[in-house]
Amino acid sequence: MRITVSVNGQSYTRDVEPRLLLVHFLRDELDLTGTHWGCDTSNCGVCTVQLDGVPVKSCTVLAVMADGHEVTTVEGLERDGELDAVQKGFVECHGLQCGFCTPGMLLTARALLDRDPDPDEARIREAISGQLCRCTGYENIVRSIRWAAEAR
Amino acid sequence: MQVPATFEYERAESVPHALELLERYGPEARVVAGGHSLIPMMKLRLAQPEALIDINGLADELGGIAVEGDELAIGAMVRHTELLESATATDLFPIFRDAERVIADPIVRNRGTVGGSLCQGDPSEDLSAVFAALRATAVIQGPGGMRTVPVRRFHQGPYETAVEPNELLIQLRVPVAAGTGSAYEKVERRVGDWPVAAAGAVLRIEGGVIARAGIGLTAVGAAHFCAPEAEAYLEGRAPDEEAFAQAGRIAAEHCEPHADQRGPADYKRHLAAELTRRALARAAGRS
Repeated sequence: MRITVSVNGQSYTRDVEPRLLLVHFLRDELDLTGTHWGCDTSNCGVCTVQLDGVPVKSCTVLAVMADGHEVTTVEGLERDGELDAVQKGFVECHGLQCGFCTPGMLLTARALLDRDPDPDEARIREAISGQLCRCTGYENIVRSIRWAAEAR
Repeated sequence: MQVPATFEYERAESVPHALELLERYGPEARVVAGGHSLIPMMKLRLAQPEALIDINGLADELGGIAVEGDELAIGAMVRHTELLESATATDLFPIFRDAERVIADPIVRNRGTVGGSLCQGDPSEDLSAVFAALRATAVIQGPGGMRTVPVRRFHQGPYETAVEPNELLIQLRVPVAAGTGSAYEKVERRVGDWPVAAAGAVLRIEGGVIARAGIGLTAVGAAHFCAPEAEAYLEGRAPDEEAFAQAGRIAAEHCEPHADQRGPADYKRHLAAELTRRALARAAGRS
């Protein structure tokens, strides 16, 4: 099936099988390997991308469902060579740690701040509750997102 | 890597088009909306539909949450996040806020739909207990037109519902009455997990006595996700702790929980009683 998906503002047209998952479309077809692939069961959240601005777990979305829609991956967060505030926050507050959950965390954090520019710690923790940090280091991730909120 | 088996994929452009596609592909086709139950099952090959009819394009047609007369109408394509954030729904029935906050996680809730949850028919599904407690009605459209089915007759067995292969669930309708309080209590192993057990309660209190009680139970083998014996016990009684505790015991007696990785059957039965008691007390406080 032929699909056209806008990813980070660029339009891509590809022939794909309906069973291809969005995460594999991004990684294998478009070579956008910033989107990580983890548990495969919608639990860990490392594959999170934004679909029309809404965070979704791309291991549970078919690529054909993104046809005609807009996807934002971690590669699309930076603008004109300038890191997004949440990316800067992760640098400043050591939110990266091992880095595996980071892309999904960044996209969730961006979507949270777009809707709620000044979330408190409880709100941040709730927003990232669908994403596992295997370093178990949520403290720095929460601090990084707060940093981004304060930096605006 | 988990990959679903091959299938035909069709995108529905309207409800009549979806029904036409269902007719064309027959009983081995499945409707997909959020897909957060179906797609994982397809990846594990627990489900191998021959065709998927994608109704995500019908989000406007089958969306919306509104009070219509003396009913709250919730479109089948309403996403969990939308229900959680709907002041119309959660002000009338706080049970929706209680339950939605503990259904999966915020990212899954962005995608999963209310109708999809009910149609999946999972015996541990939260909203099935919520709508059973609320005595909601399911509106189903088929080739011959529209029909309604009480949610308490919607589930016919694990993963089996009243929706025929050539039909589509389009809306849920919840009766609205003054003096109604509601609440949902769930025990889960960790954030986003299926319940070990959960109970929902809806109480309408008039003149100091319980005029109407609704109790929904999930994950504990309650027939049709409800507890009619406990509801009958409560009606006409004063809404006090003793009555709620007894209703919890009656509800638990009529459950058939199974032991599994989430716990032994007697623990789940204990939870059914205790969570029912707590949900009733909170619902009474909100009426």
